[in-house]
Amino acid sequence: MPDPAKVRVATIWLSGCSGCHMSFLDQDEALIDLAQQIQLVYSPIVDIKVFPENVDVTLVEGAVANEDQQELLKFARVRTKILISLGDCAVTGNVTGLRNSLSNSPQATLTRAFIETADVNPQIPTDVPALLPKALPLHEVVKVDYYIPGCPPPAGLINWVIGRLMRGLPVNMEGRSKFG
Amino acid sequence: MSAGTVKLKIDNIEVNVPEGTMILEAARANGVVIPTLCDVEGLTAYGGCRMCMVEIHGSPKLFASCVTPVSTGMEIVTQSDKLKEYRKMALQFILSERSHICSVCVANNSCELQKLANELGVDHVQFEREWTSFPVDSTHDFLVLDRNRCILCTRCVRVCDEIEGVHTLDLKLRGKDEQVIVDLDDQWGESTSCTSCRKCAKVCPVGAIYVEGEALSETKDKNVAKFVLSRRNR
Amino acid sequence: MKLADLQKIAEHEVDFQRAYKHRINVCCSSGCVPFGALKVLKAFEDAVKEFSVEKDCKVAKTGCVGTCSVGPAVIIEPGDYLYQSVTPERVRETVRDHIVLGLPVKDMLYHSEDFFKKQHRLVLRNAGKIDPSRIEDYIAMGGYSAIVKCLATMTPQGVIYEVTRSGLRGRGGAGFPTGQKWSLVARSHSTPKYIVANLDEGDPGVFANRTLAEADPHAILEGMLIAAYAVGAEKGYIYIRAEYPLAIQTLQKAIVQARAMTLLGDSVLETPFKFDLELRFGAGAFVAGEETAILASVEGRRAMPRPRPPYPANSGLWGKPTLIQNVETLANIPVIIQNGGEWFSKVGTTKCSGTKCFSLTGQINNPGLIEVPMGITLREVVFEIGGGIQNNRPFKAVLVGGPSGGCLPEALLDLPIDYDSLTKVGAIMGSGGIVVIDDQSCMVDTAKFFTDFCVEESCGKCVPCRAGLVKVQEIFNRITTGDGKVEDIAALDKAGNYIKEASLCGLGQTAPNPVLTTLRYFRDEYLEHIVDKKCRAGKCFRNLVKEEEVEDQ
Ligand SMILES: Cc1cc2nc3c(=O)[nH]c(=O)nc-3n(C[C@H](O)[C@H](O)[C@H](O)COP(=O)(O)O)c2cc1C
Ligand code: SF4
Ligand code: SF4
Ligand code: SF4
Ligand code: FES
Repeated sequence: MPDPAKVRVATIWLSGCSGCHMSFLDQDEALIDLAQQIQLVYSPIVDIKVFPENVDVTLVEGAVANEDQQELLKFARVRTKILISLGDCAVTGNVTGLRNSLSNSPQATLTRAFIETADVNPQIPTDVPALLPKALPLHEVVKVDYYIPGCPPPAGLINWVIGRLMRGLPVNMEGRSKFG
Repeated sequence: MSAGTVKLKIDNIEVNVPEGTMILEAARANGVVIPTLCDVEGLTAYGGCRMCMVEIHGSPKLFASCVTPVSTGMEIVTQSDKLKEYRKMALQFILSERSHICSVCVANNSCELQKLANELGVDHVQFEREWTSFPVDSTHDFLVLDRNRCILCTRCVRVCDEIEGVHTLDLKLRGKDEQVIVDLDDQWGESTSCTSCRKCAKVCPVGAIYVEGEALSETKDKNVAKFVLSRRNR
Repeated sequence: MKLADLQKIAEHEVDFQRAYKHRINVCCSSGCVPFGALKVLKAFEDAVKEFSVEKDCKVAKTGCVGTCSVGPAVIIEPGDYLYQSVTPERVRETVRDHIVLGLPVKDMLYHSEDFFKKQHRLVLRNAGKIDPSRIEDYIAMGGYSAIVKCLATMTPQGVIYEVTRSGLRGRGGAGFPTGQKWSLVARSHSTPKYIVANLDEGDPGVFANRTLAEADPHAILEGMLIAAYAVGAEKGYIYIRAEYPLAIQTLQKAIVQARAMTLLGDSVLETPFKFDLELRFGAGAFVAGEETAILASVEGRRAMPRPRPPYPANSGLWGKPTLIQNVETLANIPVIIQNGGEWFSKVGTTKCSGTKCFSLTGQINNPGLIEVPMGITLREVVFEIGGGIQNNRPFKAVLVGGPSGGCLPEALLDLPIDYDSLTKVGAIMGSGGIVVIDDQSCMVDTAKFFTDFCVEESCGKCVPCRAGLVKVQEIFNRITTGDGKVEDIAALDKAGNYIKEASLCGLGQTAPNPVLTTLRYFRDEYLEHIVDKKCRAGKCFRNLVKEEEVEDQ
C-alpha cells in the first residue's frame, strides 16, 4: 500500500557489479531507521516489474551500457524527482567503461570479449540487448541531480546523502567523496 | 624591514619573505595551503597545471602562484568562489582527458589528483571522458609507464633531468597527444641512459609511473628532490 | 665602407635609375609566382628587347603590392599603373601599347581604385617598388640612412627616446610599447644582449610578415641594426618558419649583401658598433611564435612557452637580456628615425599611432595585403578597401585577429581599429588577420573551425588550453551534429572564460575568443542549432541529412 508519509525510493541496477547495492545494504542498523521513513517502490531486491510513477528518489548503480538500460534510465528519469548516480560506474563509467578504450564498435567489443579471449565455446550471445557504442556515465544520458562516487561508495556516505536530502539540507561533497 | 625582504598579505595574514620568493612558497612558509599538481619543491617551477591560481588585489587577472614572485604590498587571495570553481574545472579537465579509473589504478588512495578531487568536492566530471589507449611501457625491469594516467605535469621529466641528471624522460608531440617518452622514444627496457633510480615514480602525482609489485604509497616521496638538493648543498 | 659612402651609393643609384623612362615592376613573391609571375617577367624582358625599348625600360623583379588574389601583378611607372592577372601572352601587347604608344591597357588594370585610397604605407613603403634582391634599390629609396643617422648623430638613449616618443607598439599582437621594451633591455646590465626578430607567422591565412620579408628584407635588417644599437646588442636572430622558402632566400641574400657593405659585422660602417645576425628556422607550430617558445627553440629546445617573469628583456636567450620584436614593428623603426618620433605619433590616432598591416581575406571583393592607419574603421576596411562582399551577398561578420580573434557583427563595423577598442569587444589585433564572413557561413561552424585549429596547435603544457579546448571542441561536435543541449551554451561560456583567464600563454588566453564572441554576438544561431537543429547556412548537421536521405529511399 502506498504510504503518503513515506518517501518513495527506487534503486536501479545497470551495468555494475552490484557492489553499490551491497554498500546500500551495508548501512546495517541505519537501514532500520531508514525503513521507517522510506518505501522501496522499485529495486532489484523487490519484486516489482515496472518502474512506478511518482518516485521521490532513485539511486542508480552502474553505467549505461546497452539499449535496454538506456531506455529504462530515461523512463525512470521522467518518473523521478531526484535521480542519484550511485557509485563510480554510474558516475564515471569506471570498470564498465574500460571497454571504451578498446573500441567504439559494439561488434569489435563483443568479438574481443566472446571470441578472441574465450577459452571454451567462443560465440557471441544473441538473445541480449544491443550494446551501445560506449558504456556511459548516467549524466551523459539523462540529467542527474546528485552524485555519490566511490567503488563502492561507502555505506556511511550513502546514508549521509539520503539523510540530508530527506531533511531538505544541501549536499556538499567537499572532503567526503572519493573516486575509487 | 631588512633589505631584500618583501612584506605582503596572503589571505589577510601579513607575511615577510625574501625577495624573489614565489607566492606559493611564501604561502607554504606561512601555513597557507594552495592546491598544486605540477609543483614539486626542489624542481624548476613548470606552471602547467594551473591549480595554484590565486587572485591579487587590484588586478582582474589570475596568477599561477608557483611562478609569480612576490612584491611589496601585494594582497593575495588564495581562496574564493571563483578560484574554487576554476580549480574544480581544471580537475574535471584533467580527469576527463585520459582514462582515470581509480578503482583499478595502482595509485588508488595515494593519488594527488584523486585527493584534490575529493577535497574540492569534484563528485563527477561534467565533460565527456576521453578513454584513451596510449601505449603502456612495461619493458623496464620494474618501472612501468602508463601514459593513459599521465597528467603531463612533467615532474618525472624534471626530476630525471635536474636531480638525477640523466634526462632519460622527455615529451613528444603536442596538445592532447603529448606523451612522456623514454630516450628518443624508445622502450624503457632498452634505455641506455636510465639509471633505474625510481625518482620518477617517487614524484609522479598519479599512477602513471610506478614500481611493479610495490604499493605506490610505499614508493611515493614528493620530498626526494628537496632532500637530494639539501644534501648536495651541505 | 664608411658612413658617407652610403650617400654616394644612393646618389649614384638614383642617377642610374633616372636614366630609364619607365620601370616595369613584376611582382615575384610567393603570392604571384604560382600564377606564373616568373614567365611574365621573362616575357617583359623579351618584349622590351623586341620593341627596342630596353634602354628606356627597367624590368624589375619586385615584391608584393598586396593584390595577391589577382596575380601576377605588374606595376608600370611612372604613374603607378597596376596591372592584374597578367599573362605572358598579353605582355607583348602591354609593352607595345603602354610603353611604346603611351596607352595603358585598360581592361587589364586593377579593378578597384578604392583598394589603395585609404591605405597608408609606411611599413610596406617599398613593397612592389624595389627589387628586394638588390641592396642598391633599398639604398636609393633612402634605405640605411636611418642607421647612418643613428651612428653619426644619435646616442642609444636618443634613439630610444625617439622610439618611445613615436608611441609605436608591438605589431606581433600584444601591443606592448616598443620604446619601453627597448629601455628595459638597454637598462639590463648583463651582457651579451640579443635581438630576435619574430617572423614565425603561424596563423593560417596571414601573410603580412612573409610579404614584408620578400618585398623589403633590408627594412627588417635596418630595424634590427637600429634596435641593436639602441639596446647594446651584438647578435641577432631572425626566427622564420621553414615553410617560407622565398622569404628565407631573400633574407639570406640581403644578409650577405649587408655584410659585404659592412652594414653587418664587427665594425658596422667602420664604426665601433658591432652587430651580426643569423636566421633560425621554426618547424611550423603556431605556438612557436610565442616569444618564450622562440627562445627555447633558438636555444635548441622544444618550442614550448614558459611562464613570465622573468621577461626576455631581463632573461632571454641563454639567460641574457633579449629584445624580441615582430618584423613589422622593426620595419617601422627606420621611418621613425628618419622622420622623428613626433612625426610618427601623428599617424593614426593619439592613443595608438602608426599603421598596421592586415591580411584581408574571406568573402570579399578585394582580398589582399593592406596597410592602414590605426583608427580606421572596420567598415572602411571591409567596404571601401575591401570593396564589399563578393557577389553582393549580405555581410555577416568579420573575424579580426586571426584564429584566436573575435567575430564581430555588423553593429560593430564602425569600431576604430586599435588595440584597446578591439580588446573591449572581445577581438584582438593579433597578427593582423581579417576574415570577412558572409551569410553563407555558419557562426557556430566558424567558431568550431577555429577551436579545432587551436586544439591542434596547443603545445600541451597547461591544462586549460590542452584539455579544456578539447572539451570545448567536443561540445561543438555535439551541437553541430544535433546532440546539443541548452546547457551547452553556459558550459561553453564558462569553459571559454576559464581557458582565457587561466592559460599560461597567449595561445590559450586568446583561443576562446571566436567562441566567446560568437556566443556574445550570434547567440541566436547557437540556439537555432540546439533547439531547432537548424543551421541557416546549411553547414552543420551533415550527419543527419545523410540519415534522412537514407530513410527517404
Ligand atoms: C601563440 C602565439 C603565437 C605568436 N606568434 C607570433 C608570430 O608569429 N609573430 C610575432 O611577431 N609574434 C607572435 N606572437 C607574439 C610574441 O609572443 C611577441 O609578443 C612578439 O613577437 C613581440 O614583438 P612585438 O612587441 O614587436 O609585437 C605570438 C604569441 C602567441 C601567444
Ligand atoms: S591516477 Fe589517480 S585519478 Fe587517475 S585513475 Fe589513478 S587514482 Fe584515479
Ligand atoms: S608520468 Fe607522472 S610525473 Fe610524469 S608527467 Fe605523467 S603524471 Fe607527471
Ligand atoms: S596556453 Fe596552450 S600553447 Fe600556451 S602554454 Fe598552455 S598549452 Fe601551451
Ligand atoms: S602548481 Fe602552479 S601551475 Fe601547477
